[in-house]
Amino acid sequence: MAADQVEWLRREGRIVIVGASLSGLRAAETLRAEGFAGELTLIGDEPHEPYDRPPLSKSVLLGMASPQHTELPHRWEIDAKWRLGVAASGLDPTAKRVRLADGDEVEYDRLLIATGVRARPWPKEEEARLDGVCLLRTREDAADLYRRLKAGPRRVFVIGAGFAGSEVASACREMGIPVTVAERAGAPLVGALGGVVGAVAADLATENGVDLRTHVTVTSLEGDPVGRVQAVHLSDESVVEADVVVVSLGSLRNTEWLSGSGLGAGPRGIACDAGCRAFDFRGIVTDDVFVAGDVARSPHALFGYQFLSLEHWGNAVAQAETAAHNMICHGADRRPHLWMPAFWSSMFGVNIKSVGVPPMGEQLMITQGSLAERRFVGVYGYQGRVVAAVAFDNTRWLEFYQRQIEQGAPFPVEHPTVDRRPEGRRPVPADFPDPSLPTHGPMVTLSGYSPADQQLVFHPARH
Amino acid sequence: MPHASMMRQITDFANRADPYPVYEKLRGTPVLHEEEGGPYIISSYYDIKALLHDPRISSDAANLTAAGDDELARSEETGGLPPSFLRLDPPEHDRLRRIANSAFGPPHRPRRIESMQGDMREIVTGLIDGFGDAHEIDLVDQFAYPFPVTVICRLLGVPREDEPRFRAWVDPLVASLDPDTRQNGDADFQQTAQEARMQLGMYLAGLVEQRTKEPRDDLLSDLVNSRGPDGAMTMMEVLSTSVLLLIAGHETTVNLITNGMLTLLRHPDILRRLREEPGLSVRIVEELLRYEPPVQLVPQRTCIADIEVRGITIPKGSRIWLVLAAGNRDPERFEDPQRFDPDRGDIQHLGFGSGIHSCFGAPLARLETQIALSELARRLRDPRLVEDPPPYRPNAVLRGPRHLRIAFEGLD
Repeated sequence: MAADQVEWLRREGRIVIVGASLSGLRAAETLRAEGFAGELTLIGDEPHEPYDRPPLSKSVLLGMASPQHTELPHRWEIDAKWRLGVAASGLDPTAKRVRLADGDEVEYDRLLIATGVRARPWPKEEEARLDGVCLLRTREDAADLYRRLKAGPRRVFVIGAGFAGSEVASACREMGIPVTVAERAGAPLVGALGGVVGAVAADLATENGVDLRTHVTVTSLEGDPVGRVQAVHLSDESVVEADVVVVSLGSLRNTEWLSGSGLGAGPRGIACDAGCRAFDFRGIVTDDVFVAGDVARSPHALFGYQFLSLEHWGNAVAQAETAAHNMICHGADRRPHLWMPAFWSSMFGVNIKSVGVPPMGEQLMITQGSLAERRFVGVYGYQGRVVAAVAFDNTRWLEFYQRQIEQGAPFPVEHPTVDRRPEGRRPVPADFPDPSLPTHGPMVTLSGYSPADQQLVFHPARH
Repeated sequence: MPHASMMRQITDFANRADPYPVYEKLRGTPVLHEEEGGPYIISSYYDIKALLHDPRISSDAANLTAAGDDELARSEETGGLPPSFLRLDPPEHDRLRRIANSAFGPPHRPRRIESMQGDMREIVTGLIDGFGDAHEIDLVDQFAYPFPVTVICRLLGVPREDEPRFRAWVDPLVASLDPDTRQNGDADFQQTAQEARMQLGMYLAGLVEQRTKEPRDDLLSDLVNSRGPDGAMTMMEVLSTSVLLLIAGHETTVNLITNGMLTLLRHPDILRRLREEPGLSVRIVEELLRYEPPVQLVPQRTCIADIEVRGITIPKGSRIWLVLAAGNRDPERFEDPQRFDPDRGDIQHLGFGSGIHSCFGAPLARLETQIALSELARRLRDPRLVEDPPPYRPNAVLRGPRHLRIAFEGLD
């Protein structure tokens, strides 16, 4: 882009941000902090100013924080037009217009898409409508679940033992509520951390009184005559009575509104380059549409240029900052988004934190502490290098392992470390489930024979 | 001596008032190894930060002895007691620190520090009122010294009527830990310190016994009655932890407060702002921890594996010095690092260290210093330094003025 055009954009251009949560807010702040003086519009489907979500599955459920008071602090005056409570419903990148659900249209010179994800609902709609069947993603979800937990249910049933599901189970136990958790895999957190670490999480849950059912799926939810959920049927033919069911089956990316826009958007997110510029479905990068946060998929040089989509708080912030910077700078000043994946969780009194991409790991070494004590650092290796680490109640060491990942340090970890136990001298298989699970990605096909009439065709996929 | 070694220059008393030019020179060779068997001296921010989180670095006193320690590394020995968690590696370190923490902060005792605010203000007010009609004081002897030890008494649970006795033991004990006083002190002084140490130990042991039988709402009671999965501390562990809190939490806080007042008096515009706006003390204390950290360097770490830093291999078994005060003024990390600027937005200093040994008492020290500085700023009318630089204590690690004479026009 020509220099004078950048100056014009910075002075009086129009920037629209779709998605008014963590990423959207931080991007808006960065734009202003970096001197953007033009018109800024934030569009969000929720009626609230941006708020923080991590407390919703932790302190809010315990009543230690109010769901209405997790607003994100503003770090910078952003002087924006807020269009809250109205979803974006379409995008015309040629005319540079965002369509809103209320029929309005907003024009932009630069667009940032930060629409994030939503909770994956229970697939059987009729059962999902039963009173007592809950999701946990928004402030309203948290308020509703908190109210139900406080009412003292006889039993809570959590479908899915990922991080969110496990945190809900932990909150239930802390409140003394009986809870059953069903997980398709062999242990909680298996998808994120593998079977070895998952087994520790399983012990942790069981010891804290969770009725953990693994290798099972929920086949149906049963309601009573007045439409309240009363029992859960499992694939092993057992039936568990419960009056609250929390559906914790991961998330869906909010990309449907982009269908027909020509962007490379689908159920796995919106593909973008490391500079946060969106790809169109042909794989050509756009100049004026940027992506950040949970909805983005971008290549990471440290991990074999794999396209990573990360539902991590820190990623949402860092990518928003990079995207905002790149939206209003000269080409040569663009920065790549090279955030080191990292997330944290806390459950049953244990702090869990990870850096890197554990599911890439084929092998695992416990380099510090011990699995049995549930205080350890586990290092994941892939093809002779360190690609990730996880800590249970040992998070202060992770900075070191992050640097090991950045430097492509060799795996297995041969050098001594403080608190290395005999169990940590040799790597073991990390035990991730077979990645060849069915996916629902979009399909791109090539048509035509001669190079002149070859065309890429984009087939959007269903969620 | 035209080419005194950097090690010598760091310990040289002539550089005590302003060691920062030496540190600047030091950063020119960020990994410095001057003599066979001597320490590797690390002075740049990012290297220090990395090594503080490096599991190939040990804090274990036994490893240090094996590596052949030096005068700086020895300066914190506590004599007779088992090593405190400061001088241990995981898992022992973690266990003791967890128990200590469960008596000190969240999640078990989230309000222990906060609830001491009232006590702290009362002590500060009492000390300032005690200046009376004087128009000149020594801030060290009349304020910065008595304040933290009284706070620690209240924290541990030493009954108020015993506070004067307690302080009478702590003073010679703390003085005896200074390597210079230890070398130069006469036999009488050593004798006094030895007796103080014994009496303090016996007093604490008695108190521990009492609190085991009749727990109260104080730190000692929590340490001996901890019911967590880690169990409680043994008597000896309680004693060495208490002594650690006394020693580590005392001199450092004295220096932070004294350096703070010295720095503010050298920056009168900021002192004036603090007088109007006590809330500014939060940012002032953070910037102080960067600009004049009370622990200048960490001399007690050893490598348990070969470690590469900036292309240089530090062999297994080597000792390293992490010069926090040099890292805190590293231009690679901080913009305009030689400037005292409480308004800087980016202030991830190394003043409290980092990693598993990061300062245990940090929340206490922060609050004490915030209250001390904002109250001094509010109440001393037109204060100024009587001499600049003030006389310093010999200690190069726990660096601070021995006296800080301040003249003023009365109290508000």
